[in-house]
Amino acid sequence: MSTPTGLGATPPEIPADELAVASSVPESQGRLIWRRFVGNKVAVASVIILLLIILFSFSAIGIGPIPGWWQYGYKALNPQVNGGNPTLSLVPQFLGGNGISLGEHPFGQDRIGKDYFAMTMRGIQNSALVMVVLGLIATVVGVVVGAIAGYYRGTVDAILMRVTDVFIVIPALVIGSVVGHWFGALGAPVLAIMLGFFSWMGIARLVRGEFLSLREREFVEAARVAGASDMRIIFKHILPNAMGVVIVSATLIMASAILLETALSYLGYGIRSPDVSLGLLISSNQSAFQTRPWLFWWPGAFIVSLALLVNFVGDGLRDAFDPRHRRFKLSKMRETRPEPEPELETQP
Amino acid sequence: MVSFILRRILVSILILIAASFLMYVMVGYSADPLQDLTSSNSPNKQQLINARVSLLDLDVPPPLRWVLWLGGVAKCAVPFANACDLGSTVSKAQVVDILPNALAATVQLVTFALVLAILLGVTIGIITALRQYSGLDNTVTFVSFFLYSLPAFLVAVLLKEFIAIGFNDFLRDPVIGGLALVVIGLVIGAIWQSLLGGDAKRRLVVFLVSGLATSGVLLLMSATGWFMHPGLGAIPIILLVAAIALGSATLLAGLRNRRALITAGINAAIALVAYFTLQPLFDISSAGTLFILALATAAVGLVSGFLAGGYDRGQNMRVGLVTALLSGAVVLLDRFMQSWGDLLTATNGRPIATVGSKTPGLSGDVWLGGLDAFAHLTLPTIALLLISFAGYTRYSRAGMLEVLSLDYIRTARAKGLPERTVIVRHAFRNMLIPLTTLVAFDVGALLGGAIITEKVFAIPGMGSLFNAGLQRGDLNPVMGYFLIVAAMAITFNFLADMAYAGLDPRVRIR
Repeated sequence: MSTPTGLGATPPEIPADELAVASSVPESQGRLIWRRFVGNKVAVASVIILLLIILFSFSAIGIGPIPGWWQYGYKALNPQVNGGNPTLSLVPQFLGGNGISLGEHPFGQDRIGKDYFAMTMRGIQNSALVMVVLGLIATVVGVVVGAIAGYYRGTVDAILMRVTDVFIVIPALVIGSVVGHWFGALGAPVLAIMLGFFSWMGIARLVRGEFLSLREREFVEAARVAGASDMRIIFKHILPNAMGVVIVSATLIMASAILLETALSYLGYGIRSPDVSLGLLISSNQSAFQTRPWLFWWPGAFIVSLALLVNFVGDGLRDAFDPRHRRFKLSKMRETRPEPEPELETQP
Repeated sequence: MVSFILRRILVSILILIAASFLMYVMVGYSADPLQDLTSSNSPNKQQLINARVSLLDLDVPPPLRWVLWLGGVAKCAVPFANACDLGSTVSKAQVVDILPNALAATVQLVTFALVLAILLGVTIGIITALRQYSGLDNTVTFVSFFLYSLPAFLVAVLLKEFIAIGFNDFLRDPVIGGLALVVIGLVIGAIWQSLLGGDAKRRLVVFLVSGLATSGVLLLMSATGWFMHPGLGAIPIILLVAAIALGSATLLAGLRNRRALITAGINAAIALVAYFTLQPLFDISSAGTLFILALATAAVGLVSGFLAGGYDRGQNMRVGLVTALLSGAVVLLDRFMQSWGDLLTATNGRPIATVGSKTPGLSGDVWLGGLDAFAHLTLPTIALLLISFAGYTRYSRAGMLEVLSLDYIRTARAKGLPERTVIVRHAFRNMLIPLTTLVAFDVGALLGGAIITEKVFAIPGMGSLFNAGLQRGDLNPVMGYFLIVAAMAITFNFLADMAYAGLDPRVRIR
């Protein structure tokens, strides 16, 4: 993947961490991490493409009552054009194609003539919405539970962790199906909020682990001696130091949120018709795979790209916060390795 | 130790009970088990509704109904009484009666997927760790990210539409075209050279040999109509068994270890003798006979390794076991292939099924039945294993890299151990320890994923039981499903903790 914008302008290609070590002016932890993240081209490109896709989908068909630039809505029935085939053409004329143009229905039409471009854009909007809302709620709940359990330890910790165990026993898809069956008909925002309340367990365990070790450090002791309240120590002193874990796992929750929503919609427990979800599009057009394959490819391609981009961002964040596991290089050890000698087992 | 285990089991049971309450109340309030009746217009509608209300205790609110349900479940704890009562479905069938069949189908699916995902994932993870930052490593990293981002239902639908239907269409006229042969040869060659690595010359040789061999064998298979009448035949079996013996001896003991070579050779010879003498027995075999044969094979491998002696008998026994089991599998594979023709006739030439877990009305011996199950379960298993495969490659790669950076590995290399011993005996084992936790988590994920796979492929397993139950508002089968899945998840977590403590002496149990 190449860097799309601006970044290529930075002249010297020095790895971010070396640069930080070399410079004599001390840098804040946040700037260090930011530099490491910006140095990771794949992650930065993923952020940009992800934002572009989401912006594109919202500008195309608008939000709620505000109309977008695209002429058709995702609910309106239209007369069939070209047998419902996609009219998008990307091959320029001088290569023997029909020129670059969108045409009447760039992604084609479904069986009853709805514009598939508008439907796909609506599906992306819903996926983005579920991703952000579910991620935020799960993160907030998980951080609060984990922070309290890890900070107070003892009985509070035992009770909260047993509650976490109760929630974690039920596989995500099972509890998601039940929640979706209950709240799916109320629309995507409600579904996302409710699913968020059943996705916080992983992050709570991680945050608890961080807090258990951080609370023994001297700066916590110092804050307590200075008379800081428990809430202040938790949120002002310890939490900023645990932010790496929180941000990385929040991103990974968001990636799995996209997959969870599409899977639930595929099973019929997620977003319901006439609203549109990428998973619902695949499930309702699965039988037409042989005759109208494009009804399957567009939503499929966007699910995979959204989830892939978010995963790349999460990986970039992990490397930025915890560059340790990048340092070791096996190839360097290999160069100094001696030639193999006779094996021990064969010696008498 | 005993008190720890007892405490863990007690806590697990309490967690299971609390989770069942959560699940019961949520499903109870979200579902409407009367929906099909209230919308019907049969004359005795009210009577039917009353009958169902009294059958399922619908006049009791869900939290209290849960107590009644739990009372029925508690009877399962009485040993040998057979008094289990998980309630009944809306169509008056007992959940206890419909669970076992569904469970069998799902366990079969999940077990194969889990074992294959671990084997493939760990192998590829280790290879990529040993070739860190190579082309292969980067490709596998990208592919595993891709698999992480691929929804299970998409994979399942694609496999169904392309592989199943494509392969069946191919069987109508099983000839591989020239272009396809070249492309397959190039791809296979490229894969092998990146797996084996080395300098440019070695890579080129590996590429040419493996690519040409693959294309050649495929050409031969295509020309002789192998796909319609598959089978291995005597010479390929001898070659395969010899390769297995050499391979397992190389990997587990190194070729300079004569006793390991002797063990592998003995087992290969026994496998070949068995291949030529046991065919009549195979014809009248049942699943039970095959199981006994497998046990006997394992015993032969272990005993021959022990008798071969040397001062490292454990290693010889491992070589013997692996050689014996793999060679036995080749012999069985050949016998299964001989039933291919029968399966083709039974399925009108379209053996790879897209629906169900067996061909309806198919009757035959264990070979035909096994092959039929294989034809039905291959694609769902692949769809399921791709969920967890990526996780295993990432974890085992990271684990291997971490272990390889430790001091004791440097010590092992410094005292002159060959690289094979360092990787297989020192690094590999310690890398496996953290994987036990991943396996425990993965079982839950796979059981959940089975809901989707079973829906796409219409397999009557636990997942479709859950799905149908939830859609009809039928509480008891959903809870039956939940009980099994949660109990399995808890059990595997418990076993993983035990295994962790057993494998890693630094972890102490209080």
